[in-house]
Amino acid sequence: MSQQLLLDLVENTSMKEETPFFEIGDTVDVHCRILEGEKERVQIFNGVVIARSGSGTREMFVVRRIVQGEGVERKFPLQSPRIAKIEVKRSGVVRRAKLYYLRDRVGKAVRLKERRGDPKKRAELASRG
Amino acid sequence: MTQIYDPTGKVIPVTVIQAGPCHVLQLMTQERDGYEAIQLGYLDKPRRLAGRSARGQVAKLDSKRQRRRAAAGVQAVQKPDCEPKRYVRELRGSVGNREIGQELKVDVFAEIKSVDVVGTSKGRGTAGAMKRHNFHGQRASHGVKKCHRHVGGTGCSATPSRIIKGKKMAGRYGNARCTVRNLKVVRVDVDNDLLVVRGAVPGPNGGYVIIKQTNKV
Repeated sequence: MSQQLLLDLVENTSMKEETPFFEIGDTVDVHCRILEGEKERVQIFNGVVIARSGSGTREMFVVRRIVQGEGVERKFPLQSPRIAKIEVKRSGVVRRAKLYYLRDRVGKAVRLKERRGDPKKRAELASRG
Repeated sequence: MTQIYDPTGKVIPVTVIQAGPCHVLQLMTQERDGYEAIQLGYLDKPRRLAGRSARGQVAKLDSKRQRRRAAAGVQAVQKPDCEPKRYVRELRGSVGNREIGQELKVDVFAEIKSVDVVGTSKGRGTAGAMKRHNFHGQRASHGVKKCHRHVGGTGCSATPSRIIKGKKMAGRYGNARCTVRNLKVVRVDVDNDLLVVRGAVPGPNGGYVIIKQTNKV
């Protein structure tokens, strides 16, 4: 068997059954489980998805938001069991895969133009390939 | 290598090894050979590459000598009766209840917590002392000229007027037998003959390794 197939066999066991659908430029709510001592609680990080990288269990995505005038970016592993849910709040019109140019912008210039159309339909199209 | 998640969400870096199935080709015994060991073969060798000696190792071949010995009443050595093998390695240790011709699968590791992995490290050719021996090199500035990655001094002066043997210097690096000890077994996948261990093993992707139960406690 090829090396990649062997890796896939192992990786598939720790992949999520259904990967949440979102795109670059989407404003999302990331629900992450956080352990506080014994208790587990869900924290929500809201922001714009500016990059996705990697594949399989190693896939990561970067979410950027502005907190008190300061840009904050968090990089999440997509397949991690600590990520409970990813909710798409709004889709933006973007023309590239990495929105690093947003880092140089402040104020009104950070906004992305809203993308029209049903996000559910887009998810369906993407899943069909 | 890849990574998987444990139930709490921690990432485990793992190496996936196709472990077996291996055939037991020969058993070394105390009486006959003076030591105990087990000879394992992995992967079938294409018939066109298998010489007479390789074929004779796994199956009974007819020869004048064999006939003469049979006539003299010498008992023939037991053969595993499988295809000639591409990789044949002998592992020292107690034979246990293994038999010649037996097929060993990855489930032999089912009860084992950690393993040692022996392989051939990636060859790096002629490498400098910084890469080969983790020397620090010299400074980037403060008057250092064109020798930022050099060794520096290599010995004494008029006495002893020679360099001490074994001085670490630049040279061939890698492509040598290398053992990584005490790798935790993360998963044993019997259906696909896969052994998943935590951490890296020596050699390139697709390289061949020997896996043993660790002797490190």
